[in-house]
This record gives sequence, structure tokens and C-alpha cells, in this order.
Amino acid sequence: MDPLHVSLAHPLRSFRLELELDVGPETVALVGPSGAGKTSVLRAIAGLLRPEQGRVALGDEVWLDTGGRIFLQPERRSVGLVFQEYALFPHLTVAENVAYAGRERAGELLEQLGITGLRDARPGELSGGERQRVALARALARDPAVLLLDEPLAALDAHTRARVRAELEDLLARLRLTTLLVTHDFQDAAALAERVGVVVDGRIVQVGSPAELIAGPASPFVADFTGGNLLRGTARPASSGLTEVTLADGSRIFSTDRLEGHVGAVVYPWEVAVAREAPGDSAQNHVLGPIAGMVPVANRVRVRIGPLTAEITAASVERLGLRLGEPVVASFKATGTRLVPLA
Amino acid sequence: MRRGFDVLLAVATGLALAFLLLPMLALFLRISPAELVDALTSEVALDALWVSLKTGLIAHAFVLLVGTPAAYFLAMKRFRGRDVLVTLVELPLVLPPAVAGIALLTLFGQQGLLGQTLDAFGIQIPLTQTAVVLAVIFVAAPFYIRQGIASFEAVDPALTDASRTLGAGPARTFRRIALPLASSGLGAGSVLAWARGTGEFGATIMFAGSLQGVTQTMPLAIYAQLGLNQDVAIAIGALLVLVSVTVLLSVKLLPSWTRFTSASLIRSAPSGSS
Repeated sequence: MDPLHVSLAHPLRSFRLELELDVGPETVALVGPSGAGKTSVLRAIAGLLRPEQGRVALGDEVWLDTGGRIFLQPERRSVGLVFQEYALFPHLTVAENVAYAGRERAGELLEQLGITGLRDARPGELSGGERQRVALARALARDPAVLLLDEPLAALDAHTRARVRAELEDLLARLRLTTLLVTHDFQDAAALAERVGVVVDGRIVQVGSPAELIAGPASPFVADFTGGNLLRGTARPASSGLTEVTLADGSRIFSTDRLEGHVGAVVYPWEVAVAREAPGDSAQNHVLGPIAGMVPVANRVRVRIGPLTAEITAASVERLGLRLGEPVVASFKATGTRLVPLA
Repeated sequence: MRRGFDVLLAVATGLALAFLLLPMLALFLRISPAELVDALTSEVALDALWVSLKTGLIAHAFVLLVGTPAAYFLAMKRFRGRDVLVTLVELPLVLPPAVAGIALLTLFGQQGLLGQTLDAFGIQIPLTQTAVVLAVIFVAAPFYIRQGIASFEAVDPALTDASRTLGAGPARTFRRIALPLASSGLGAGSVLAWARGTGEFGATIMFAGSLQGVTQTMPLAIYAQLGLNQDVAIAIGALLVLVSVTVLLSVKLLPSWTRFTSASLIRSAPSGSS
């Protein structure tokens, strides 16, 4: 399968879109805040946006080359684009929508996506999850070499979202297409993609597997985006090769990362343990304080202690009898504390 | 106090309705249905009906065939001077019909800008059925094009974009997506243009004259028969009232696809950025 190469430079409202990307037979997610230029990337690949400068090629097949004045019309590019709001044709039935791009595979795709029963329905009668499946079937009917998904889960309510995400994960794994998706939600990106590129103001600031981004965020933004705690402070070398970070309130924490000056210490909520008293364990870092918030997330609870958020099981909350306002100790290891430079 | 105000509003409404409806009702009350049918089958009335129908159909075919792609172009393309063009297309809407008549005459008349050239080829337009058709197109087309632009602009651009990424070229996208989705609006515009064309009087009488069986359309026949045989004038008038009622009802009852159109956040390239 031919890899997709994309390099783009294009002015957007308040910044320039400037990025380069190669996608093999895998799922890559571009993730970033809304308005970061993600949709423009998909539009440029699909041929709906003619960038100021750039090159888009699938293997040897050049779709766009502003230098060589090549611009292939959208209908001549082998892409399937699933639009954010799905853009189903309201005057056509589900079957007609799917058959719009190609009749041969339509029946098979309706079946594969479990929407055969909806074939005579019109898009206006469908639920969000059903619309998404129809949009996917329609995009795949052309047998595209590249699948592009624009915020595939954004149009769904929270309840449907988790289920559709699992379905989509399953489908993408089966298809093994060259897939590029954009989302503003890191959790969605982490669930669906093997590689994630974080886009801020039109540029990719970091690329890696979801685990790599969580483990080694290159900037406070990436750390914040992937859901980590960010503690600001000043770093200096300490004894035994550790780095000591003095936080704003005067408390000190340690990290195995080597960095000096103004830093952010990144700690992931699931690496923070909560106890009633300072434990005699191996953790170097302890933050004392009252419980400022407790938010259940599925079978876990997010507990806020001072500047930190810890994620612990509901069972632990029960066992420790944790209540709002009670003093507790949050502890995390120096080895789990990443340091990122702050400007 | 409030009660008094409500009565005032009701009286005003009643006056307005009476003033607007009574003249039309008078047409039907003045002569009996039998006389009406009799008058409508007179030679003058039948000729006028035939001239109106023939010129109306030809003019309407031109309006639809040229107006639809023109409206699509003006709705879809963004270019410098587009707004000026749209305004110019709408100008005949507010132009007094007499001005339309003298303008057409100045262009196509024997001494006219194009008329002289056409004359050299032995083609004369004024006082012919062609002149009727041209006058009707001139006054009616803007109604259709204006409505057409609005209807095509209302089609979600994400849908036409989706069509392109699904392998359909611009022509197929127009035929299978834009045209069906704009169809209810286009239908309404078409009916309005037809109504305006059928009622055309001022430009026609100046540019095409009022020759029975050739250029005398129904409105012209009403005027011509006024002093000769008022029953015929009234009968044609009554017929045109019925046509107008039909037009109005069909515009109001046309089904609309627009309520199915999905709203999309994706807009055309420069503004879409996320």
C-alpha cells in the first residue's frame, strides 16, 4: 500500500498552516484545540482546499504540487472523507447515499456496517451513531486508498460516543487503510490511532504513540492536552542525581529528569496515589492538602488535592472513606515526574 | 383601552381585506358564469389565450434553461464584482415597465443598437411575437434568477464538497445534489416568474404592439376590449384571477427539502480552519 505524503503551507485566519506528514497503512490522528487548522489539512488532502504551497502524493501519484502546478480535482483523488457533521445527502435514502460513489460495494458495506435495515430510511430519520455508520459506508464505497475522518465523534452525545468509538476502533483495525483523522479530544485520538500528532496554531508540535506523548510530552501544552498535571516551579540539581523543583508555595518535589530553571513538572493522574497519612513507601514526592474535589469518571474517581489531580479507583475511595475537605497525602514517584521547559 | 385597540386593529384588517378582495370579486359578480364562458370562447379571448400561452412557454423555457445555470454560477462562485452582477440582474425587478419597453425598443428597434444589424439580415423584431417573448423574458427572468441564487446558496456546501470527494465531477454534483436540493426554491421562483410574465403589459405594448392573434396577450386584450366588448375584458380578467390564485397556492404548498438539509460546520476554504 502506497504511503501518503503531505506537506502544506497555507495562511489561515490568525496563523499559518505549516506542516509535513507521512502516513503509512496505519491510523494517524492529528489532535489539537479547535481552530488549529486540522480540518484544513484534510480539505487540502481531499482537494477541497488549494493551499498556497504544498505537495500531496500517494506513492508516486502526485495529487498536488504547487511547484509543478499540479492540482488533481477531488473526484480524481482516491480518498474517502467523512465530514464532521457527516454531510449525508438529505434527499437520498441510506442505500442511495452509499451507492453514490459506487454501486458494486454498496450492499456489502451496508452489511459490514450493520445498516442494511436502514437502507430505505432518509438521513433525517437516523440517530447520530447511525448517520456516522452511513457516512463511513459511503466514504468506503469508492474503495479509497486514503480514509480521512474529520472529528468522527464530535457530533455524538456522550453516551453514544463511547460505543461508536469502540465500533470505529474495531472497523479501522479491520480495514487497515491509510487513515488520517483529526479530533480535539486526546482520548479519542489515543483510542483510535497508532500515532498521534499534536497540532497547535497550524504546526505539529509533537508526534508519537499515545503512550509516548503521555510519557514524554515535549511542551506544557502537550502535557496539559494529554491530561497530565502541570506543576510550575524552578528546577536545580539535587543530590544523588535527582532534580529538585521548588513550587510556587515553597514545597519541593523531585524528578529523575535533568533540567534547570523555569520548568513544568508533569504528573499523570493515574500515577498519583492518595493516602490518609504520609506513607513509608518509595515515592519521593508528597503533597499534603484537603480534598478540593471528587469527580467520578466511569469506575474511577478524580480527586483534586491542591494543584494535583489524582485518579484512583472508586473502590479505594470507598476503602479509605475519602470525603471532600478531609486532609490527605498525594504521593507520586520521581521517576514518574516529567520535566518540561517553560518559556 | 386594550379592547379598543384590538377593535381598531380588526377594523384596519377588515378594511384592507375588503379593499383588496372586492375588486376581484366584482369581476365574478358582474357577469353570470354562462356569459363568462361565452365571452372566453370569443375569438379575441381565444387568440389572446393562445398568444399568451405560446409566448409564455417559449419565454419560460429560456428563463429556466439560461437562468438555472446562471443562478448556480452566481451562487457558487466568489469573485470580484459578483455583488454588482447580482444587483444588475435584479435591476429589471424595480424598473418601470414603460422604461423596459423603451429600452428594448432602443436596442432592437430599426434604428436601435442591435436592430440595425438585425435589419441588415432581414430580421425585424418590434411588433412580432419574438418581441413579446423578449419582453416577457426581460421582466420575468430576474424573479427566477434571484430566487435561484438564494436557493443554491441555501444548499450546504459540505454536501457539494462530499459529492466531489465521492467521485462526482462538478456537472454530476450539480445534477444530483445541488439541483434536487434547490428544486423547491427553483420551483417557487419559476412560478413567480411565470406569473410576472403572464401579467406583462407595459413593455409588451410599447415593444410588440397589440395585434390580435400575433402580439395581443391576455392583459393587452383586456385593455383593447375595454371600450369594445367589456364582457370579454371582464372574462379574461376573471380567468387571470384564477390563474393567479393557482400560482399563489402552488408557491405556498411546494414541498421543501431544505428542512432535511444537514447543517455543517464546514464552510468554504478560507473561513474553514479548524
